[in-house]
Amino acid sequence: MKHKTKSLEHIIHGIFLILGLITVGCVLLISVYLILSGLPAILEVGIADFLFGSSWEPSAAEPEYGILPFILTSIYGTAGAIIIGVPIGFLTAVYLAKMAPKKVKAVIQQAVSMLAGIPSVVYGLVGMIVLVPGIRKLFGIPDGSGLLAAIIVLAIMILPSIIKMSVTALEAVPKEFEDASLALGATPEETYFRVSVPAAKSGIAASVVLGVGRAIGEAMAVMMVAGNVPNMPDSIFQSVRFLTTAVASEMAYSVPGSLHRNALFSIALVLFLFIMLINATLNFFLKGDRTK
Amino acid sequence: MSTKRKIFRWAVRIGMGLATGITAALTLFLVGYVLIKGFPNISWELLSTSPSYISERIGILPDILNTVYIVIATLIIVIPLGVGAAIYLTEYAASKKLVGIIEYAAEALSGIPSIIYGLVGMLIFSNNMGTSLLAGALTLVIMNLPTIMRNTQESLKTVPQSYREGAFGLGAGKWRVIRTVVLPGCLDGVITGCILSVGRILGESAALLYTAGFAHVAYGFFDGLTQSGSTLTVALYVYAKERGEFGVAFAIASILMVLAFLINLSASMISKHHQRRNAA
Amino acid sequence: MNHAIITVNDLNLWYGQSQALKHITMEIPEKSITALIGPSGCGKSTFLKTLNRMNDLIPTVKITGEVRYGGENIFESEVNALRKEVGMVFQKPNPFPMSIYDNIAYGPRTHGIKSKAKLDEIVERSLRDAAIWDEVKDRLKKNAIGLSGGQQQRLCIARALAVEPKVLLMDEPTSALDPISTSRIEELAMELKEKYTIVIVTHNMQQAVRISDFTAFFLLGELVEFGETEEMFSQPKDQRTEDYITGRFG
Repeated sequence: MKHKTKSLEHIIHGIFLILGLITVGCVLLISVYLILSGLPAILEVGIADFLFGSSWEPSAAEPEYGILPFILTSIYGTAGAIIIGVPIGFLTAVYLAKMAPKKVKAVIQQAVSMLAGIPSVVYGLVGMIVLVPGIRKLFGIPDGSGLLAAIIVLAIMILPSIIKMSVTALEAVPKEFEDASLALGATPEETYFRVSVPAAKSGIAASVVLGVGRAIGEAMAVMMVAGNVPNMPDSIFQSVRFLTTAVASEMAYSVPGSLHRNALFSIALVLFLFIMLINATLNFFLKGDRTK
Repeated sequence: MSTKRKIFRWAVRIGMGLATGITAALTLFLVGYVLIKGFPNISWELLSTSPSYISERIGILPDILNTVYIVIATLIIVIPLGVGAAIYLTEYAASKKLVGIIEYAAEALSGIPSIIYGLVGMLIFSNNMGTSLLAGALTLVIMNLPTIMRNTQESLKTVPQSYREGAFGLGAGKWRVIRTVVLPGCLDGVITGCILSVGRILGESAALLYTAGFAHVAYGFFDGLTQSGSTLTVALYVYAKERGEFGVAFAIASILMVLAFLINLSASMISKHHQRRNAA
Repeated sequence: MNHAIITVNDLNLWYGQSQALKHITMEIPEKSITALIGPSGCGKSTFLKTLNRMNDLIPTVKITGEVRYGGENIFESEVNALRKEVGMVFQKPNPFPMSIYDNIAYGPRTHGIKSKAKLDEIVERSLRDAAIWDEVKDRLKKNAIGLSGGQQQRLCIARALAVEPKVLLMDEPTSALDPISTSRIEELAMELKEKYTIVIVTHNMQQAVRISDFTAFFLLGELVEFGETEEMFSQPKDQRTEDYITGRFG
């Protein structure tokens, strides 16, 4: 009897160990699948031609598989979203964390959660119907869909991540710091920007990195407003294709087993590497905060 | 106060006011616009019928059913896995290093974009079992595993150590302690995790396009799982982008918006309840 | 001296690198109250927790030496069976967030008792033994968290009694309670020694004098002196004991 309960406990321990390791297993599975299915096309096309080739024409008589346009579009698009989204998000976060009256804070935070909960296709839909025609009329160009529209949609989509994480970081700043600054005769505004913000800088930096991750990984909303032509992103009105949308848009009609489809997996692999890099950066900032 | 300091003060105030105003106005506009464009297009016929090319009718009943099925199937699978992983981390794991690795893996999973999940889900699940709701649900299980695990873990940490000691002191075995004293205490966390996951599943499209597919036929639960089918969100994309049916798209968008609002509301209600209980 | 129920032989315990117990050897007499006293960090609580292996829950603990209960080395016996025989009451009352009834029935159910009638009987007997029956008999189905601190602690004693232990370990059971609740617990302890062996850790020297038959004085992980309470407090053999009980340190 005693022996039996003991071995039962061992079995249960084993089951939980397996459950615990599932996340690790999933990460490994995803990495292995992406590498195995992404590598062949890169090797076949040649790593330099693949990454730095500026023309993507998989169905031409002499197909070309250069993904530089996608890489650059993803980088420009993300950078643009950060340039617009971070100042708005950051200033909103400081206001919410430090200055807003309780009720205003509660309402705006609810609004931010709402913004975070809206599905990306809804952003895409409103972008298609409101933003794209708006850009067309405002700038007098034949088609409003393109890099600029994507940047604006992404900037709005990353706002909640930036605001939420920055607010958390700013709220964690010990009140003693701020009291000391106020006691020296600094105004509340000076205190928040010269004492609280520097004290919360790793958290705020992490929020920006999180925003970068969101922006670079977004597919559907961008697919609906960016025009989706594999051009080099020469102007902000150019119709462009991101890494994410390159994968999504051709998956349906590429032939399984073909170089074309394998090249799509390679694009996903490149995207995955970008994301892993961003995750590592994010971890770096968060760890910095914890050890302090 | 010097002029320079005054300028700084006002610049900062105006900046914060503008930024917050933009955030609030954007939310208000998005929600308002979608609801105003969407509600007039919602009709009983839309909600209760399947689409038909012959009678040129559009109905989203299959999409509603598919959404419900995929939510149920995902939760049924992900809850035991996520809760189990959390129990391992807080109750069993002795090695700090292993805990670190598992938590790092969970963080990595939550950073992976949905399009990559869609792709890998297609390779692992759909290529083996066919494009189906179940393949979609399995993909969503991996995506939502960190959410369930994290939330459960957080609430397991709030179960007082004294409960465990008390139960061990009476000679209860580890599994009994977990089952009777620890698990009931983490129910809040599991529920919060589920609500957040439901929100994510409702909003998901990129991970489902190539795993669950986009058919619009109504089935029962078990038949449905083996068939290709689109959720509301995927249907929105298809109607807007591929078919130009913006009325239907906005109708679906307004439904999703209301659901997202309800999910936010219940999540914040639960966390308030939780805070109150912990304070008491 | 009564016959010894627990014998400790050259017990050493380390938390990681630091040694918390050094060469402890003593015999705990049956059906009596043994008080463990000493300044904070002297190892008395650690020693108490070793007696029913609650230290097992801490991963870095290393133990040498032996503790015999009923002739068997406890480190070789099955831990849950040991804890059924050697129960524990903790410093802070720790009722489970369940009904009063379920709290008491938790232990018996753990050890396989399912019959409702039997459980009813155990619940009543335990609550009576812990002198709390009259206060709670009309609200057995209510959540135990609603009780006062003193009631919660007596409930925890009742919960420990419900598995019919032979030994009851009490880790500063009154330190979180008011004076009136404290004296009720002390009276209870003195009644319980008719049936049970009690080992109690206390910070309060008056409490040790009031209720215990034997006292063990710990200092820096060592057992300095062990003997009958009256004798130890009137004529301590060791200078360090005298310094401590006369309040020169600690």
